[in-house]
Amino acid sequence: MISGSLLPLILAMALAPLMQAVITRTKSVMAGRVGPSLLQPYWDLRKLLLKGAVYSRTTSWVFQLGPTIGLASVIIALTLIPFGGFPALSAFSGDLVLIVYLMALGRFCTVVAALDTGSSFEGMGASREVTFSALAEPAFFLALAALARQTGYLSLNPVLAAVSTATWMRAAPMLGLTIAALTIVFLAENSRMPVDDPATHLELTMIHEVMVLDHSGPDFAMIQYSAALKMWLFATIIVGVVAPWHSGNRWIDTAVGLIGMLVLGIATGLIESSMARLRLLRIPQLMLVAILLSALALAL
Amino acid sequence: MGQLINSILVLLMLTGFMLLGSSRLAACIRTIAIQGLLLGFLAISMQDGDWTISGVLLPTTSAVVKGVVLPWLLFRAMREADTAREVEPFISYNLSIIAGAAALALSLWLGARLQLPNQPASSLLVPTAFFTSLVGMIVIASRRKALTQVLGYLALENGVYAFGTAVALHLPVLVELGILLDVFVAVFVMGIAMFHISREFNHIDTDKLAALTDRLR
Amino acid sequence: MIFLLIIMPVCAGTVAFFLESDRLRRILLLSVAVAQAVLSLTTWIVQPAPALGGWLAEDALGKMIDTLTNVLFLAVSFYAVAYLREERKQPHSDFVEGVFFSNAREASFTACLLFFLAAMNLVAVSQQLALLWVAVEATTLASAPLIYFHRHHRSLEATWKYLLICSVGIAFALLGIFFLAVAATNPDGSAISLMLHDLQSNAHHLNAPWLKAAFVLLLVGYGTKMGLAPFHTWLPDAHSEAPSIASALLSGALLNCAFLGILRAQEICVAGGLGDFSDRLLLAFGLISMAVAAIFISGQTDYKRMLAYSSVEHMGILAVGVGLGGAAAFGAMLHVINHSLTKAMLFLVAGNFLAVYRTKNTKGVAGALSVLPVSGMLWLLGLFAITGSPPFGPFLSEFTILKAALDQGQTFVAVVYLAILAIILAAMAAPALAMAQGTPSEHIGVTPGREIALTAVPAILGIVVLAMGVYVPSVLTRVLREAAHFLG
Repeated sequence: MISGSLLPLILAMALAPLMQAVITRTKSVMAGRVGPSLLQPYWDLRKLLLKGAVYSRTTSWVFQLGPTIGLASVIIALTLIPFGGFPALSAFSGDLVLIVYLMALGRFCTVVAALDTGSSFEGMGASREVTFSALAEPAFFLALAALARQTGYLSLNPVLAAVSTATWMRAAPMLGLTIAALTIVFLAENSRMPVDDPATHLELTMIHEVMVLDHSGPDFAMIQYSAALKMWLFATIIVGVVAPWHSGNRWIDTAVGLIGMLVLGIATGLIESSMARLRLLRIPQLMLVAILLSALALAL
Repeated sequence: MGQLINSILVLLMLTGFMLLGSSRLAACIRTIAIQGLLLGFLAISMQDGDWTISGVLLPTTSAVVKGVVLPWLLFRAMREADTAREVEPFISYNLSIIAGAAALALSLWLGARLQLPNQPASSLLVPTAFFTSLVGMIVIASRRKALTQVLGYLALENGVYAFGTAVALHLPVLVELGILLDVFVAVFVMGIAMFHISREFNHIDTDKLAALTDRLR
Repeated sequence: MIFLLIIMPVCAGTVAFFLESDRLRRILLLSVAVAQAVLSLTTWIVQPAPALGGWLAEDALGKMIDTLTNVLFLAVSFYAVAYLREERKQPHSDFVEGVFFSNAREASFTACLLFFLAAMNLVAVSQQLALLWVAVEATTLASAPLIYFHRHHRSLEATWKYLLICSVGIAFALLGIFFLAVAATNPDGSAISLMLHDLQSNAHHLNAPWLKAAFVLLLVGYGTKMGLAPFHTWLPDAHSEAPSIASALLSGALLNCAFLGILRAQEICVAGGLGDFSDRLLLAFGLISMAVAAIFISGQTDYKRMLAYSSVEHMGILAVGVGLGGAAAFGAMLHVINHSLTKAMLFLVAGNFLAVYRTKNTKGVAGALSVLPVSGMLWLLGLFAITGSPPFGPFLSEFTILKAALDQGQTFVAVVYLAILAIILAAMAAPALAMAQGTPSEHIGVTPGREIALTAVPAILGIVVLAMGVYVPSVLTRVLREAAHFLG
């Protein structure tokens, strides 16, 4: 089972916070500011890790377990993701399904941890998170299924290896629909505009951030880190489909992949700076569109 | 060529969903205009190399009428009636989109079952045609504004027209022009009726048109 | 000659639209109506040459519908001129709700009448099925402004429903035409043209499932226009709100034109050996229409709506007749003529009632026999005729259909048919008799000096209806038989 390379996992763990920094920097530049250093997320993580954690007396072990399991599930999922020319650490037929379930497990633990606090704000955030992810998950699932159908594999490794310029020539509309659906899922799952505003300071308008208000210190670092990894995971899939060049040289492919990630980061920043957050009532409609697009891609 | 046709068809399907999901009348009119233009492109790209004068001129005319002239008329009607949104449709937008998805599934099923004597250029052609027609039906049945109902009628007509191109029908030029003229005059007359409705009722909500029923003893 | 049937009203309509003088315009309308009637009657003596490469030609069926349309138009146009002279041009108050409204411009009304006639003539002579579709849609568009002559919100509502429902229905018919074209495509890519003649002679090569689907769509599409239940919903509204001339033309001429579309499809099905399939559908829709009409006629308080539902019923009878086939198809063809004449007469009489009593409620009209002796008499006669009492024309044709049903052993159809006719007779007779008899309320005086054509035209139509019940000319019988021959 273990046949692949460690490199994709190492790259992810090393560069994921950087991608967030790229987005932040793009937004700053668009707003006419200099913005924080590209290394700021790393400093933040270090700062949080050095602090101690504060636990409310009303919380139980569930609250403490949440961030750990959340991080663990994302890391396990990342072992299934190839990058550039390098295959994933492990791959087996059907790992597409496992990825979706690992993401769900991570979210479940965060939600349960949020509910464990008994705070009304966190309960509200949890309920929103669950509502929207209940719609985002099928979209993600259908999009992966559409990719599997186009390539004929059930494992992400061969799927991403099989997507090539020839596939685009053959099934451009379907791949286009899949990309569109994945992009919406990417924005929604990572609490980005127009679904959620990562920079908001008003609890009432938050979705993801409000859930993790009570976490502190190393726990919060784990949550921040797993959020970055999660974004990396989704971005890898999108870049893998959008930029399907296989030159034969693994290093060149990896470089192309990294450039792709950079472009996606900047693009996300641009989207964030140009769009307003949707009204909460409109978000299900957006998610519905994502489901439809991916269903269309699967059915055609 | 096949990918071009497929892309056009997928875009057509997306316009169907856009029509179902948007509440702004201007967006709906623009969607219908895009649909008309796409249909023109579709008909031209279906020519498959052997370009004939009528084979290019007719779709172009139809694209101009459906993509430019009629939308212009409808925009005028919208301004005359002084409405910008479809408020409270009988079926909510999310539900309309779900209904659209069901319509899509139905059209795909139908398209797979129907055995055309000559293979169409793309397996998506017939489903797209049916889907567009069904979207038109849903819009006509679920919206209040007279303008939106006209848009539904146009979508229905577009779907039927797409079916015509799907089975690679070569209707005589006279008939094609006649059909186009009929659609044009229909929208024109509906536009006039809409103008009168907006003047008579100060809005174009057709559910207020409910004076005529059977009053049985 | 065929061209002239279509071009003349179009040109005259265009001229009428721009003519300022009421008098000249009315003369134009009358002269075109006379010329058209003469022209269409001439086709019975001189078979006109096909035009436009055979696209326009007159077969027996087309000739019958065309002549009927033109003759009816002649009658209605005389009535129309008198009617328009009596209409007030200034805004006047509506007698239902008391709101003020004005009429549409008489010039555009006349122009639309003439365009409407042209479109109906085109329907009758089209031998190309797609062209036929274009013509049927054109009739909708030309007649919609006729309904909105009295510019108040109810007629507007009726116009909107008519436009939208018929256009949607007709879109289905277009899909049906495309299906037919698919059925006519051979696997090798060659195709039979959409000419009626080609389709009939090659009907056995048509792809049967597609032909069936095409027939269903055409039946639904043209059936909407024809007023077959359950697609009839526009019909009572349009007929009750349109001015009586328009109602008479809608019921007497337009419905037949839509029926012609269905008959063309039926001809192809019969030629292709799918007669059983199409017959069953026609029978079912026919009986449903009759039943729905019976339900809505019972207890109807608006006499124009009552007449409209009666049209739904008679369209059902036509469908049943064609569905039974054989002698019943002949009966149906005869019934097309009888129903058109009778219903046009009744709508014109209803127009007279409306002008004097100023109400459409059956209870508001009493003592018509004493207030309007001729119209009252004609109302009674028309009522008996339309419900199928001897010795009027409709009795003869309805009886022919019933007899054919019994001869074919279709006892169930015959029983239902007879039962519905009986219910409708009872349901219509009670209010209609009450309208004719009784004492009129005091404030309704006899209006002196009404136009003579307002009573003369329905009277002439009544005489023809009576004559049709006593004697059907042999030349007519021959053409009707020829028309019915292809209907199975």
